[in-house]
Amino acid sequence: MEKTLTMKKSEFARASIGDKIFLLTGYILLGLFVAAIIGPVVYIIIASFMDPITLQNKGIVFDTSKWTLTAYERVMTNSQIWTGFFNAVLYSVLFAAISVFITLLCAYPMSRDDFKGKKIFNTIFIITMFFGGGLIPTYLLISNMGLLDSMWAVILPGSFSVWNMIIARTYYKGIPTELREAADVDGANELVFFFRILLPVCTPLIAVLTLWQFVGMWNSYFDAMIYLNSANKQPLQLVLRAILIQNEPDPGMIADMQSTAQRAQLAELLKYATIIISSLPLVVMYPFFQKYFDSGIMVGSVKG
Amino acid sequence: MNAKAKDNNLHNTLVYIRQHWQLYVFFLGPALILTIVFKYLPMGGILIAFQKYNPFKGILGSEWVGLKYFQQFLSSPDFLQYLMNTLKLSIFGLLWGFPMPIILALLLNRIASSKIKQKIQLVLYMPNFISVIVLCGMVRILLSVTGPLNMMMGTNINFLTIPAAFRPIYIISGIWQGAGWASIMYTAALANASKELKEAAQIDGANIWQQIKAVEWPAIKDMVVIQFILQAGNIMSIGFEKAYALQSDMNLASSEIIATYVYKKGLLNGDYSYSTAVGLFNTIINVILLITVNKIVEKMNDGQGL
Repeated sequence: MEKTLTMKKSEFARASIGDKIFLLTGYILLGLFVAAIIGPVVYIIIASFMDPITLQNKGIVFDTSKWTLTAYERVMTNSQIWTGFFNAVLYSVLFAAISVFITLLCAYPMSRDDFKGKKIFNTIFIITMFFGGGLIPTYLLISNMGLLDSMWAVILPGSFSVWNMIIARTYYKGIPTELREAADVDGANELVFFFRILLPVCTPLIAVLTLWQFVGMWNSYFDAMIYLNSANKQPLQLVLRAILIQNEPDPGMIADMQSTAQRAQLAELLKYATIIISSLPLVVMYPFFQKYFDSGIMVGSVKG
Repeated sequence: MNAKAKDNNLHNTLVYIRQHWQLYVFFLGPALILTIVFKYLPMGGILIAFQKYNPFKGILGSEWVGLKYFQQFLSSPDFLQYLMNTLKLSIFGLLWGFPMPIILALLLNRIASSKIKQKIQLVLYMPNFISVIVLCGMVRILLSVTGPLNMMMGTNINFLTIPAAFRPIYIISGIWQGAGWASIMYTAALANASKELKEAAQIDGANIWQQIKAVEWPAIKDMVVIQFILQAGNIMSIGFEKAYALQSDMNLASSEIIATYVYKKGLLNGDYSYSTAVGLFNTIINVILLITVNKIVEKMNDGQGL
C-alpha cells in the first residue's frame, strides 16, 4: 500500500496542469460535501451542551462556563425515552430475526431447479411487489385480526421480503453444486442440509440481510404510529417524533420550569440531546459492520 | 395419449411433492402464509373503494356505489395538486439526487491513499444510519427562526412554513442523507474496473477527463442506466414518512402528496372508501410504471427481467 501511495503521489506531481486543476476541483467538491455532512452534526453536538438562553440569543458560544449537561440529565432520566429504546430494540431484533429466517427458508426451494411449482409461487410472490391492497384495506385487516395495539401488527406484515428472497436465492445459486451432491450422498434430509451445510456458508448474506432489516425497523415510525396506541408500546422513533417534530416532549421533562418561555427553551434544548442520544447507538456501531457492506453490495448487485 | 402424458405428469408431480414435502411445509410455508394473509387478503379489501363502506356492516353488507369515489377524487381541484406534488417531489428528487452518488464515487476513485478514502467513506455513509425522524428534527432545528441558518444570514425566515421551500428542503436533506450510501455500489464497480486499462490510458497520455470517459464510465454505465430506470419506476411510491415529518400546516400547498393525503383522509377522518379509491388510483399508475420499467430492463438485460 505504501508503494502505491508514493507512486500515486508522483503521479499527481507528473500530472498536467489541466489534470491538476481537475483533481483539485474534485477534491474541493468532495471536501465540501464531507464538511456539509459534518457541519450540522457538530453544530448539534455543541449546541446540546449550551445554556438554552445563550443559545437562542447568541448562537454557539465557546465559553465553557455557559455549558451545561442539563439536557442530557433530563433525557437520560426520562422513562419514555428508555421505554422507547427498549421497544425499538425488541421490535427490531424480533423483526430482523423472523424476517431473515423466513426469507432464507423460502429462498431455498425457490433456488432449486427441480422444485415443482416454482413458477406459480414465484408469480404469487412477484405480484406483491407490484400490487397491493394499500393502506386502508391493510389497516382494516389488522384491525379485524385483533392485532391493533399489538407489536405483531408492526412486525409480521412486512416480515417476508420478496426482494430479499430474490437476493438470497441468487446467492444460493452461486454456491457450488458439489456441496449439494455431497449432502445427497450422505442421505441428509432437507432440513439437516439447510441448517448444517447451506447456512454456514452464507454468513455474509445473513449479516447483510439482518443489518438491512434491523436498521429498517429501527428507523421507521409509520406502522407503529397507526397500529400502536399504548404509551408503553411506542418505539423510540415515535417518542422522538413527539419531541422533535410535534414539540410535545413528555410533560415530566420540563414541568419544573416556572414560565412558559422557560419551558419552551428547555424543550428546544432537549431536542439536541435527544438527537445525539438516540442516534449514537447505530452511528457508533455501524463502522464495525462496514466490512459487510462491500459483500452486501456484491450480494445485492448480482440480481440486476 | 395426451391425457395419459398429463396423467403421468401429474403423477410425477405428486410423487415429487410426497418425497419433498418438507420443502413445501417448512421452507415455503411460512412465507406463503404471510404473503397470503398480509398481501392478498388486503387486495380483497380494495372492494370497499367501490362501496359506501360501513365498518359495522362489513364488505358484504355495505352499499355499492360504483366509481363514485374515483369521480369525486378525479374531479376535485385537490386531485391535480396532490398528483403534481407527488410527481414533482419524486421527479425533481430523482433528477437532482441521482447524479450525486456517481460524482461522489468518481471523486472517491481519484483518491490515492486508501486510508484517507476509507475515512471519507466512513463520514459519507454515516447519515444513512440517522432515522427519518432525527433527520427531519435536525432540519427543523437548523432552519428554525432562531436557528443557525437564519443567524448566519441575519434573517428571521420560517422556512418550514413556506411552500416554495419544501421541495428544496426535502431534496437537499435527501442528498445529504442518501448520496454517500448510494455511492457504495458505484465505488465497488469502479474498484473492479480494469487497472491495466487505466494504466495503459495513462501511458498513452490521456488526461483525467479522457480516462473517465474511456475506463471508468464504461465500468459503471450499465449500473447507472439500470439504477436510473429502477428509480424512475418508483416515482409514484415516494415514501410517506419523510414528507409527513416535514409538513406544517402552512406548507401543505406543496407538501401534501398522495400518500399523506390517503393517510389523513382514511385514518384520521375515517373516509375509508374514498381513501381506498385514492390509494388504488396511485397503485394502478405505479403498476403501469413498474411494468413498463421491467420491460425496458428486460430488453437491456438480454431478456432477463426482475
